[in-house]
Order: sequence, then C-alpha cells, then structure tokens
Amino acid sequence: MLAYIGRRMIIMPFVLVGILLIIFGMLQLLSPQQKLATFIKSPAELKNNDVEVLIEKYGLNDPIWARLGRWLNDVIHFNFGYSESASMPAAEAFLQFFPVSMELALWSALPIILGGIWLGTVAAVNHNNVIDHVTRVFAIVGWSLPSFVAGLLLLMVFYGGLVNWFPPGRLGLDASGIVQSASFTRYTGMNTIDAVLNWNWFVFWDAVKHIILPAIVMSYVRWAMLLRIMRSSLLETLRKDFVTTARSKGLEEGKVIKKHARRNALIPVATIGGIYLAFLINGLVITETIFNWNGLGRWAVRAAQQYDTSSLLLFALFNGVLLVVANLSVDILYAYLDPRVTYD
Amino acid sequence: MKKKIIKLFKNPLSLIGILLVLFFIGVAVSTPWLAPPKFPTEPYRIPRDGWSSVPKPPGQGHIFGTTEGQYDIFYGVIWGTRTAFRVSLLVVGLSSIIGIIVGTIAAYYGGAIDEVLMRIVDVFYSIPYLVAAMVLTAVLGRGLNNAMIALIAFGWMAYARLIRGNILSVKEEEYVSAANAVGAGDLRILSRHILPNSIFPVLIQASMNMGTIVIAAATLSFLGVGAPTGYADWGQMISFARNWILGTSGNPFQYWYTVVIPGIAITFFCLSWNLIGDAFRDIMDPKMQGGGV
Repeated sequence: MLAYIGRRMIIMPFVLVGILLIIFGMLQLLSPQQKLATFIKSPAELKNNDVEVLIEKYGLNDPIWARLGRWLNDVIHFNFGYSESASMPAAEAFLQFFPVSMELALWSALPIILGGIWLGTVAAVNHNNVIDHVTRVFAIVGWSLPSFVAGLLLLMVFYGGLVNWFPPGRLGLDASGIVQSASFTRYTGMNTIDAVLNWNWFVFWDAVKHIILPAIVMSYVRWAMLLRIMRSSLLETLRKDFVTTARSKGLEEGKVIKKHARRNALIPVATIGGIYLAFLINGLVITETIFNWNGLGRWAVRAAQQYDTSSLLLFALFNGVLLVVANLSVDILYAYLDPRVTYD
Repeated sequence: MKKKIIKLFKNPLSLIGILLVLFFIGVAVSTPWLAPPKFPTEPYRIPRDGWSSVPKPPGQGHIFGTTEGQYDIFYGVIWGTRTAFRVSLLVVGLSSIIGIIVGTIAAYYGGAIDEVLMRIVDVFYSIPYLVAAMVLTAVLGRGLNNAMIALIAFGWMAYARLIRGNILSVKEEEYVSAANAVGAGDLRILSRHILPNSIFPVLIQASMNMGTIVIAAATLSFLGVGAPTGYADWGQMISFARNWILGTSGNPFQYWYTVVIPGIAITFFCLSWNLIGDAFRDIMDPKMQGGGV
C-alpha cells in the first residue's frame, strides 16, 4: 500500500507539469501586452513606464521555454504575480476566495453523497416498480436541466416570488456588519463555521439561509448521477451468490441490503463519487456567478473574461493539485472498502 | 441489432425522447418559415424592437414576449434550435473523430505509443472541463466558434479511452490474426476489421453527449465567453434574465418568461437526447439482460 502511494506520488509532478503546460500553452495565444499583467505587482508600476520597455524587461518576447522556466521558478518561490481581476496579488486573492468556495463545497458534498447513495438504494430495492421509475425520471430531468436555469428559477421563487426566504449573496446586511466587527473572530473565513465558533446563532442562521439555494443547485445534478451509479451497482450486487446465501439463511431483507449488499455496491460509487467531488469546481463556477458569491469560481470567470493570466495559472495549479489528491484518496478508499484490492 | 432498435421504440421513455428529437429537427428545418429573418445575411441576429431594457410580456407582435434590450424571445428560441444542433453535432462529431483517431493509434500500436497517448489523455482529464473550456474560449476571444473549438479541445478524451478499450479486446480476435496472416496492411485491418467491430459503443456515447454539450456551450454563453450578445443562443438569452428575477410588488413573477421560455427549450432538447441515451444504455448493457427496461 505504502509503495503504491509512493509510486503515485512520483507520477503526481508529471501530471501537474502536464496540466500547467496545457494552461500555459493556451495563454501563449495572448499578446505580449496581455501577458505583461502577470509581472506587474501593482497598477502603480505601470505609471511612468513604457509598456514596450516593460515587455522587454520581463522578457515576454523570449521563446516559450524560457518563459515557462521563469514562471515555474516564480511559483517555487511562491510568487504568483498580480491579479488584475481581483486588484490584489494573486496569492492573496486565492487565500481570500478559497474559504468561500470551500464552505459551499462542504455544504454540498454531504448532501450529494448521502442523498445519492440513499436515492440509489431506494431505486434498486424497488427495482422496476413506481419508485424506481420516479427516480429514473428525476435523474434524467436532473441532468437535462442546466444548473444556471435551476438557480435562476429557485431565486425567482424563493427570493423574489412566493417568499423571501433565501436571498443571494453570502450574508444579509445585519449579519455582515457583525462578521466584520472586531468582536467577531475570523477563524476559517467560512461563515457558518466561524459563527458556531463565535457562538453567534444569528449569524449562523443568516449564513445557512444564504447557503441553502446554492447548495441545492450544486447538488441536484450530482444526485442524479450518483443515484444511477448506485442503483446499477446495487442491482448487480443483489444478484450475487452471497446475497442469495444471506437471504436463504433467513436474514431479514433490510439487513441483507444494509449489511451485505450495500457495502459491496459502494465500491464503484466511491471511485466515481470521489472524482465528482473534485469536479465540484465546475459547479462552483456557475453557482457562485448566479448567487453572487465571491469565491474561486466567480474569480475564475472574471479572470477568464479579463485575460488575467496570473490568476488563471494559479487556478489551474490549484485544480491540478486538487484532482491528483482526489485520485489518490479514491485509490486509498478503494483499498479500504474492498479488502480484495492490493496495490503491490 | 434490429431487435435492440425495436426495443428502443417500444420503451415509452425513449419513444418520448425520439419524438422530441424529431420535433426539434422539425423546428430547426423550418426556422425560415417559423421566424423569417429580419437580416437575411445574418439570420442568427435576433431582431430588436426598441432599446428599452425592461422586458415585455408575451402578447401582440411577440408571441413569447421580449427579453432585456427588446430582443424577441420567440425568434431567439426558434433560431436557437439551429444553434443547438450545429454546436452539438459539430462538437460531438469532431471530438469523437479526434478521440477515435487517438484511441485507435494507442490501442493498435500499443507499447510506448499507447503509454504516452494515454498519459496525455490523463492530463487532459485532470483539468475541469468547464474551467478549461472557459479559459480557452476567453483566450481565443468571445464567440460561438471559439467556444466550440474549446469544447472540442477538452472533450475528446472519453471517446479515446472507450475506443481503445474496445479495440484491445477486438484485436485478439481470430479474424484479425487471419487478416494479418494473409498480409493485409495496417490501414486495411484497422478500417475493414477492427473499427467496424468496435465503434458502436462510441456512437452510443456520442448520442448521450449531445445534451451535455449543449448545456456546456450554453453555460459558456451564460458566463459571457460564448455567443455574443443578441445571438440566437439559448444560454446567451438566459443570461439576460439574470437581472429580472425580481418582479414588481404585487406581481412577483412578472418577468417569468425571460428565463422559463428559453429554459424550457434547452431542458427539453437535452431531455430528448438523455431519454434515448438512458434507454440505450440499459438495452446495450449485457448485465441488464432479462431485467431492466
């Protein structure tokens, strides 16, 4: 097992370099002027300076390999350049936006996993009767409905329409006043967790109200996908001999499913589920844009629209690390869930 | 195979899907009569009725009303059908061709070539699809063609993996060895013996991806890097609706049509392909034989 993890760790930098090469390669399509933004630490630097001189100074007309080497060297020294779209150094912007996205991802991940597994189990147990067909239709409609349409419809009903329960943004005015005051300590930057740590239930409730709709939008597509995988995996397991044995020795059906079949059926779900969670970042991009959350996803949209090279490269780097780590954790989880799997 | 197609028509869900696809094809074919273009040289430009930003409800002159900037929703939805077909057919078609070529080369030659190509596939897989497509579209410049290029550039890997797996199993069949023994060339063996026997699952995958691609392209337009403002594209039309989720007091759903109408169009388009794809998958899955629908 350790040897396997070690081997994966050796491959990791190669995948990362590959990802960076792709993103870097894409950004080479930009003009030297647009690329200059990566090297400017603050807008003040642009004043009293000729752009052509700066391009020459930072070697933006150099061959691509020289530039890639320099950029990698900067990254090793934690110098990620200046983010124009956030008006601050990219690393600083990342630290500011990361907890926002992390909070939304955490609040979505649990419902996705539990909801998907539960719905899939229900569908498989009721194979070919009404409940199975209802979940099938839910799943197909779920991944046909684009999340930006769902988000706008939810806002229309629960913010402006029937009730004013779930407004967009991260916090209401009163709550954000409290959060920014000196008496409120920011431990993590995640509103719900900080509110609990500060024992401030008003802020907690306000934060929860703001997170429910985005979390639903993040979850429903992935429920639909996980539910189908869970269903077919459980159906397959229920046909296995050990399930027949368990049934024939007179075990209750509930126990057969919970203790014997479901745990085995979870193995493929874990693999695919782990990758889905890593790809939550796709959902963040859309959801944060609709609900006005100032997180990584919305920053990435702004950075892409403004050709903000330094932010995009940092974002790509983060994604690469995230995915490699997710893959690795899935493999380890796999070995844990399935005792037959060894990595030697 | 014939039996399986008949099964597809007998399943009520996939039958609905097939009828919906036929309906959308009908709309796409008859666009010039349903919504005669105001600018014959640029039929995808939605005509505007004034410059006021406030949307107008469905009624006289505008069957589905107008969205922000007085763009006619009916015109946009009808011509948007053509956009949806163009985007999905081109992106799915070209990315599956690229995937088939890469996967075939990797599987047929094997060894180091296989290893290198598959690691490239891994790397492309490691970048979140939407984010990568968004960055590439932004770099190439806003526009539907650039969005399509981006979707193709990051959408071919699934096909490559699929065809590679299929070819690896077909390659060991006796008729391939026989063709080799009588001295058939690589190209002939590939095109005459291997590809016809391994391409079918790829075609199913492609049909199932039609809906996904339309959503991805619409998302790019919604985020402001895809189709330009005023272009007949469903995602672009829904992005107008973002400012109109709040109605006036006493009439909270005043602007419902700005999001609901284009939203229905895109959802049903994807639904039709997904209904077919879902039934297809059950029919093709050997583990589901006897059971399933």
